[in-house]
Amino acid sequence: MKAGPSRTNRPDNTAFTQQRLPAWQPILSAGIVIPGFTLIGLAFIGVGVALFVTSQKITDLEIDYTGVAATSPCFKCTSFAAENCMCQMEFTLTTLFEGPVFFYYGLTSYYQNFRTYGVSKDGYQLSGDTYYFNNPQDSCAPYQYDSNNNPIVPCGSIANSMFSDTFQLYQVVNGMKKQVPLDGKGIAWWTDYNIKYSNPALVNGSFANAFSGTVKPVNWSKPVYELDPTDQANNGFLNQNFLVWMRQAALPKFQKLYGRIAEGDYAQGLPAGNYTLLINYSYPVISFGGTKKVVLSNVSWMGGKNQFLGIAYLVIGSLCIVMAMVMLIIYAKYKFTDDDEDM
Amino acid sequence: MSFFGLDCVKKKEKETERKIRANDREHNLSFKYATNAIKTSKYNVLTFLPLNLFEQFQRIANAYFLCLLVLQVIPAISSLSWFTTVVPLALVLSITAVKDAIDDLADLLLLSTLCLSSSHPLSPSLAVSFTLALCFCLSLCCPLGEVCCEPPNNRLDRFVGTLVWRGQKHPLDNHCVLLRGCTLRNTDWCFGLVLFAGPETKLMQNCGKSSFKRTSIDRLMNVLVLFIFGFLVFMCIILAVGHGIWEHYEGTKVMAFVPQQNEDTAFSSFLTFWSYIIILNTVVPISLYVSMEVIRLGNSYYINWDRLMFHTGSGTAAEARTTTLNEELGQIRYVFSDKTGTLTQNIMCFHKCSINGKAYEDSVIDMMMVDFSFNSLADPRFQFYDNNLLEAVKLETLEVHSFFRLLAICHTVMAEEKNNDLVYQAQSPDEGALVTAARNFGFVFRLRTPESVCVVEMGVPRTYELLAILDFNNVRKRMSVIVRSPEGKLALYCKGADTIIYKRLHDRAEESIFAGEGLRTLVLAYKDLDEEYFSEWKQRHHQASTALEGREDKLNQLYEEIEKDLLLIGATAIEDKLQDGVSQTIEQLAKADIKIWVLTGDKQETAENIGYSCNLLREEMDDIFIVAADSPEEVRQELRCVEWCEAYERDVQVTERWHGTEIKGLLILGIIFAYALEGSMELEFLRTACMCKTVICCRVTPMQKAQVVELVKKYKQAVTLAIGDGANDVSMIKAAHIGVGISGQEGMQAVLSSDFSFAQFRYLQRLLLVHGRWSYLRMCKFLRYFFYKNFTFTFVHFWFAFFCGFSAQTVYDETFIALYNLMYTALPVLGMGLFDQDVSDGWSLEYPQLYEPGQRSLYFSKGAFIKCALHSCYSSLVLFFVPYAAVRDSVSTDGHDIADHQSFALLTQTCLTVTVCVQLGLDLSYWTAVNHLFVWGSLGMYFLVTFTMQSDGLHRLYASSFPFVGTARNSLDQVTVWLTVLLTAVLCVLPVVVHRFLFMQLNPTINDKVRLKVHQMKAQPPPPRRRARIRRSSTRRSGYAFSHAYGYGDLVTSKRFLRRPVPSRSAGSTPAGRSAAFRPAGRSAGYSPSGQEQNPKQATEPTELQRYRAVHDATFCRQGVAPE
Repeated sequence: MKAGPSRTNRPDNTAFTQQRLPAWQPILSAGIVIPGFTLIGLAFIGVGVALFVTSQKITDLEIDYTGVAATSPCFKCTSFAAENCMCQMEFTLTTLFEGPVFFYYGLTSYYQNFRTYGVSKDGYQLSGDTYYFNNPQDSCAPYQYDSNNNPIVPCGSIANSMFSDTFQLYQVVNGMKKQVPLDGKGIAWWTDYNIKYSNPALVNGSFANAFSGTVKPVNWSKPVYELDPTDQANNGFLNQNFLVWMRQAALPKFQKLYGRIAEGDYAQGLPAGNYTLLINYSYPVISFGGTKKVVLSNVSWMGGKNQFLGIAYLVIGSLCIVMAMVMLIIYAKYKFTDDDEDM
Repeated sequence: MSFFGLDCVKKKEKETERKIRANDREHNLSFKYATNAIKTSKYNVLTFLPLNLFEQFQRIANAYFLCLLVLQVIPAISSLSWFTTVVPLALVLSITAVKDAIDDLADLLLLSTLCLSSSHPLSPSLAVSFTLALCFCLSLCCPLGEVCCEPPNNRLDRFVGTLVWRGQKHPLDNHCVLLRGCTLRNTDWCFGLVLFAGPETKLMQNCGKSSFKRTSIDRLMNVLVLFIFGFLVFMCIILAVGHGIWEHYEGTKVMAFVPQQNEDTAFSSFLTFWSYIIILNTVVPISLYVSMEVIRLGNSYYINWDRLMFHTGSGTAAEARTTTLNEELGQIRYVFSDKTGTLTQNIMCFHKCSINGKAYEDSVIDMMMVDFSFNSLADPRFQFYDNNLLEAVKLETLEVHSFFRLLAICHTVMAEEKNNDLVYQAQSPDEGALVTAARNFGFVFRLRTPESVCVVEMGVPRTYELLAILDFNNVRKRMSVIVRSPEGKLALYCKGADTIIYKRLHDRAEESIFAGEGLRTLVLAYKDLDEEYFSEWKQRHHQASTALEGREDKLNQLYEEIEKDLLLIGATAIEDKLQDGVSQTIEQLAKADIKIWVLTGDKQETAENIGYSCNLLREEMDDIFIVAADSPEEVRQELRCVEWCEAYERDVQVTERWHGTEIKGLLILGIIFAYALEGSMELEFLRTACMCKTVICCRVTPMQKAQVVELVKKYKQAVTLAIGDGANDVSMIKAAHIGVGISGQEGMQAVLSSDFSFAQFRYLQRLLLVHGRWSYLRMCKFLRYFFYKNFTFTFVHFWFAFFCGFSAQTVYDETFIALYNLMYTALPVLGMGLFDQDVSDGWSLEYPQLYEPGQRSLYFSKGAFIKCALHSCYSSLVLFFVPYAAVRDSVSTDGHDIADHQSFALLTQTCLTVTVCVQLGLDLSYWTAVNHLFVWGSLGMYFLVTFTMQSDGLHRLYASSFPFVGTARNSLDQVTVWLTVLLTAVLCVLPVVVHRFLFMQLNPTINDKVRLKVHQMKAQPPPPRRRARIRRSSTRRSGYAFSHAYGYGDLVTSKRFLRRPVPSRSAGSTPAGRSAAFRPAGRSAGYSPSGQEQNPKQATEPTELQRYRAVHDATFCRQGVAPE
């Protein structure tokens, strides 16, 4: 009888309730830490060397065409009066610029990551929901409706501030300008093009009709359905440059893909020689102290040129080795005795 | 009850008097007094949700998040979507609500009574006047008795009322009431009249007093949370000012592409401030409190589940009654222990005796248990192992017979026959033990009347005429009876403390009994009396006992006179056995630098002996200071003297280990507490006491126990634990940071007011050294890591602010912000808080020193918190700037730019998640399967959720809710992204590894040492289970106890008890013999309600608790109200 309650009260004898779950109990012993540091150090140095060498091999070329300096060819376009201003920048390649070459435009001091800027768009509108064509979301304010209270499509600050300069690249061959084709297709993310953004359905067989009753963003010269006159498919929200622009940069200094040089004579890259960059200069950056540039670059297995990672890996790898040695010395010299004496 | 609830509607005028009639329901109902239903629950099913939410939002943290939520719906400052706060808040609230619901709805009804009680007339020790009881027995039948009394109040020491019965008025005072929570002893039933019920009972009226205990970590957390708030505001001010400056100098630039809605820089800074309050709110982690609760709950369950704290004998498991104090168990510095029932079993054993110079011992191992089958009246529970004694009895050795005859006659025990079983009601357990011993050896005490004692001596009934009882008191330390044998011989039988009796022996040469062993013994002596002398003495005795002045002194003189020239019969030794493992536990706790103070109501000798037998005092402690002065000045001097001696010794031994001087015992008599706790001497007392290794305070009242605890709490800023088992320990248990109740012998009061309870004192070492230590370690590790991960998470926003124009842009995806604390990092750290152990329980007990870091709050303090914050600061710098540098202008392998905000957010949050996971792995020292599951599961969950949230399908369903579509798959397929993640993790964690490793080598903590040892042992032999520390129990000292109390002589000779029990009365199963029936009085030995007579110097007013105790122990109270 007496054993009855005591047996039922007795807690279960499981590893969990008795806190005896089998466990791995690693400790930071010298046998693990010092070899570990050495190994990490060696591995990092290895990766660092690979990264550094690869990065060194990547060629890139930056051409600033802001035109702040009076000597710059684009200086003339910086005045407010200049409309449809074109300017040319010359550059020379001494060796083959290995392809495929990517053509970027870059901006500095441009806060695409500014919060009120970043939220200023209408996701429904951009996914082709025509209800929002007539009723853009409040987040787009002040680029929600124009002064006549017409809805703006695409609404919001981001769309409104879309980069508007266009570029043409020529190779000067025997004094003749030979256009280097800039392939603007597929420069946007696949997901942006296929999933995130959609054009509205055609209305009466016309794409433009789908946008009837709406107006273009105030800063734009052309409505969204006429962005690319050369390619009917590259219009609306699925315009590649528009998509690239809409993917806001994380930092105030950024570059965005403009086109690829991978066709025809230039499939292997840009041969050595003189080149001319023809710029349709329309995007104002002087007002906020920004700069504009064009970047030509090729890529490797690690992407574009980036010295940082390689150097960081090398430095940290070396530090690991140094620390491993320091720890070894300290361990050898001071390692505590395991006697019970103090315990 | 039909009227229940009505009295709530009608607000009564203030009650001034209460009238209750016995057995008159209508009359009593007419007053609408409270019923016996006590509702301690706060909620019912309907009110639960609103009430609980209201309660929860009163907590400052929850209110804070509610404010945040309000801020977030203001468009101008809303920097985060509402769901980032709502989701965690809802989860936290619902978890807390579920916990509250379980806690609350579990104890809906407690029933209680406060009754005017009469004792069962057959139980003499229940000293409420029998006459009154009889009145009441009668009045139960007729509705004539009416009680007028004071309205309900919370004073336990006071009761005023009158009983009107048959036109006669009888005064009632607090000795006539039984309070809720009292246990009836020595009687099976009693009649009562309910005066106050339910919430009006004195106990319930006192309930509000028990204060809510919080741990020191809780208090620290409150400070830290305030500090964090301050820090949050500070950061936000910096950022707001930054915004102001930025907008002033560069704001125009923003105008080009995002026109400002408001031109005023100051106003925009103001808005930015609030926006950043929202973004950086995660420095005050919403899930912190709820996680802490979960960890504490889990660790409490471990205590409940521990089989090694389960007492098989009583079938009780340890119980964590409060689930919020666990980590405090790892920080205890002072343990205040009760003695009787806590250190000892409170079961008295007849252990040794010496008759005519020959010793009979109980402890001889090879002896068979004595067979008492010859004696049909023997108590089967009695055990004795020395057969020689029985042989001596059977051989009719004269001395042996007179030895047992004395034991059978000279006492104040009552005998009662229940179910043909002889049951003794003894005022003190040791008296019961002695009478039971005599009973088993053939001298059965059968019956007592006021004038006679009936004894069955070796089967022959004999009746001794009881002529006088010379009662026990603290000064006399002896008691005698004068009886006339059936043969007509007059004899005085005396038993008492050895030192006292020796002085009164005829032949003083016999002082050597047990002397070699230094035993404290009860010595038995007798003396034949001359008839003439006695009748003359009797005459004088009668005169003295009726004298109006100096009765006490006169009686004492008379006693002195007759109790001399005694002849020694022998000596007995009664042992209140120590519980198992007490001395070993005390040794362990001492090694863990836990100071143990024994606060006992017992006498000095008893306390000292217990001190020796349980290793508190050791033979090598030669200087045991006994402070027992009579006046404040003397106390001061004695304290100073102790202090001075200490200082002197320290000078002498300065070359030795400093601790050497600490080996001192200090015994303090309770009387001096009246002085010592007076205020001026408080500090002096404390300083002296803390210098000593062991402090034993004897003769302390319950209130003084609490005062001592308060004193240490107040001046030492140390965490205290009080452990006790009886009602007189309740005040101390409530006063200490942690109260531990020993469940078992003494009823439930101590357990009910305790925070933890278990059956045996020895479980204390496991509670503290294993559970407490682990709980503290886990909680501290948890907090450190929790702050680390949240600060790191938040500080990245701070750095990003400098690159986004202080625009309150978030670095991370909003879903990530909402889920980071709830899903990605919650379980691993919870796993650490529930499973981590630095070393196993066996090692924890092997090295009690591991406990010390907890006492010194080394694992989590303000300093540790600052370190955490700095560490976070470093990590967040790495976590922001490494991705920043890696991503700047970077492009993917197919030439797309991946420096967009979404990719950067994904990269940073991946770096963060991986880094905090690795950091957790580094902190975790005990990887169970569950931990593996939690860590890898959380990491897996992060990627799973990220890919799901950014999947095409979800975006097709709700386009605008999932703007991150495709980011993960575009960016996480880049080698550089993973190299960046690796780099940040390594850069964040390796310095920590170096730091820890170097500290472990250069300045190893005790933890490091033990862990390394365990690690090394694992390769070789198995870890030593705890060595059996068989410590030779001191032969010279032993814990023999006296627990006699004054005042029983009068009782047994008065005619206030019935002569014979009613045989037909059905008896319950009240245990007899040495167990339950003896219990109540044992405790009273230390403090008896008539203490003022015994200690006339104790001039202080008895405190409320003392009085409560007095009421509670009404059994010993002689001044019952006798309306004769």
